Amino acid sequence: MDSKRSNRRKFLKGGAAAAGLAVGAAQSAKGQTPAPKWQEKGTNKEIIAYGERSRFVTSLRAPVAERESPDAFGLMFHVLSPLQDSVGSITPSSLHYVATHRGSFVPEIDPKEHRLMIHGMVDRPLIFTMDDLKRLPYVTRVHFLECIGNRAKPSHKTVQDTHGMTSCSEWTGVLLSVLLKEAGVQSGASWIVAEGAEEIKGASSIPLGKAMDDCLVAYGQNGEPVRPQQGFPLRLIVPGFEGIFQTKYLRRIKVVDRYYMTYNDYGHINPDPKVSALGNQIGPKSVITYPSGGQNLSGPGFYEISGLAWSGGGAIRKVEVSTDGGKNWKDAELRTPAYPMAHTRFGFHWNWDGKECELLSRCTDELGTVQPTRAQSAKFFNKPLDANFRVPGADNTIQAWRVASDGSVHNGLA
Amino acid sequence: MGWRKFLPLTMALCGSVVWAQSPTYGVGRTPSAQEIRAWDISISPTGKELPAGHGTAKEGELLFRQKGCAGCHGATGIGARAPALVKGGPPAEPGKAPPPGMEGMHMVPDTGIMALRSPYAVTIWDYISRGMPLNREGTLKPDEVYALTAFLLFKNDVIKEDEVMDQQTLPKVNMPNRAGFADLPQWKHGVPRLQDYP
Repeated sequence: MDSKRSNRRKFLKGGAAAAGLAVGAAQSAKGQTPAPKWQEKGTNKEIIAYGERSRFVTSLRAPVAERESPDAFGLMFHVLSPLQDSVGSITPSSLHYVATHRGSFVPEIDPKEHRLMIHGMVDRPLIFTMDDLKRLPYVTRVHFLECIGNRAKPSHKTVQDTHGMTSCSEWTGVLLSVLLKEAGVQSGASWIVAEGAEEIKGASSIPLGKAMDDCLVAYGQNGEPVRPQQGFPLRLIVPGFEGIFQTKYLRRIKVVDRYYMTYNDYGHINPDPKVSALGNQIGPKSVITYPSGGQNLSGPGFYEISGLAWSGGGAIRKVEVSTDGGKNWKDAELRTPAYPMAHTRFGFHWNWDGKECELLSRCTDELGTVQPTRAQSAKFFNKPLDANFRVPGADNTIQAWRVASDGSVHNGLA
Repeated sequence: MGWRKFLPLTMALCGSVVWAQSPTYGVGRTPSAQEIRAWDISISPTGKELPAGHGTAKEGELLFRQKGCAGCHGATGIGARAPALVKGGPPAEPGKAPPPGMEGMHMVPDTGIMALRSPYAVTIWDYISRGMPLNREGTLKPDEVYALTAFLLFKNDVIKEDEVMDQQTLPKVNMPNRAGFADLPQWKHGVPRLQDYP
């Protein structure tokens, strides 16, 4: 019973400490903090049934500057997540970035009516209801999604502008490999075509190897059903691949023997094999979200630099931060578990001396691939490095934030 | 009959394949052939799934107005709110980049015209069949899609005005940009997307 007794002793000790803390807190509360007002709204039936954030929390998504959402046709195009306000690694579902291929409406789908068909080069074509899918073994995995259009430009002011088309969720669903094995993939098959149920039936070609590796037919997102803007009731998650492959409203998977050059594929083909290779799988990428463009430091002193790192090649192994424009680099601390193909939060202690400086982050993934600078990318593609240089493929280059001596923070590209 | 001696081996192999691929959970039902046909709108670049039907550029020109295409794409297929479909428009404004995610798409006059950029004529058919017209997607009949595809190909000098587009002719259209794209790389788990990229 020794261990029990010692636990009890620990508990008593801890309890005493906690009690002491509580007394201290009560005193300072009396002295400084005004008593909270009665929140009438917080007790009405709706809020009791379904919670709402505080009215003092005003963080919002915003359409990309290049095209309004809704546009002249009422379509939603690309909407950016407010990364500057993010903490941890999970994006709240209501703030997850949204992108549609050409501009689209969000379909209203009754999950009771929704079906997923698997056919093509399989021994047994199959149709699943949502209930069928929920009978099958499931997995829960944290994965980021990022749009290939997520690239910083000199005109951008905030990290929402430069990097807002990446988000991260905990996804729950059935591994696509389970469904494909259930249908029995025939020899000679090499690709799948995944298709959604929305008005345009958006479809992508995905290599069969990837489909059998880690793709996820997800019905859950962050502890609840996938949100309509994210593909309710079913979304194909293709971990680490560009956002466009993450087929929303998934209704059909056809197993085929070649690249189909279908609706979503057409815009993403390229004449240059190198650029073509940079598509599909997102490279290692990181960005500092605090302090970032548009924010202000109140004066010299301690600040915890915080940011996100992710890679389509696997888990993040290392994040480094430079506070002097890239001359010196120091390891940052990973503050959330480094899951494969997931946002990983990093933190870095920093004392600002009040002088102008430039903050950068760079990450390395489990394959050993290091996030490049714009200069490295330009050199690789043999192009002049100027403000107009457009990183080919998916842009995963290092982002700089310039801190002015007045504490204001600006896009390093500007 | 030499094949007879391989028969037992073949049967054994088939047997083992069936065993290895038998369903584990038995969840889900088998769709009927009609259900698969009704759902399957994927068209291979080879055109093997193209439905029966036919159309010409002349018919397509009429449909371009009747179906409301001209309302968004312009009467001549150039210079309206929706992407340009016919060559000969004004050059792209210098420094005006396409919106994110639309890079390399059909937003830029001439270089982005689908009938000129697409490596396969079938891709245009698939695009119209799925995605057009706005708000009435999926309502065009196969004949209408063949005709509209023929119209766009003719207006961009890819085919002649009287060429009939159907299951046989459409996949065989000689597209000007047929060899214009690199193949996608083989994807492999745990391999960087481009070796030696910094």
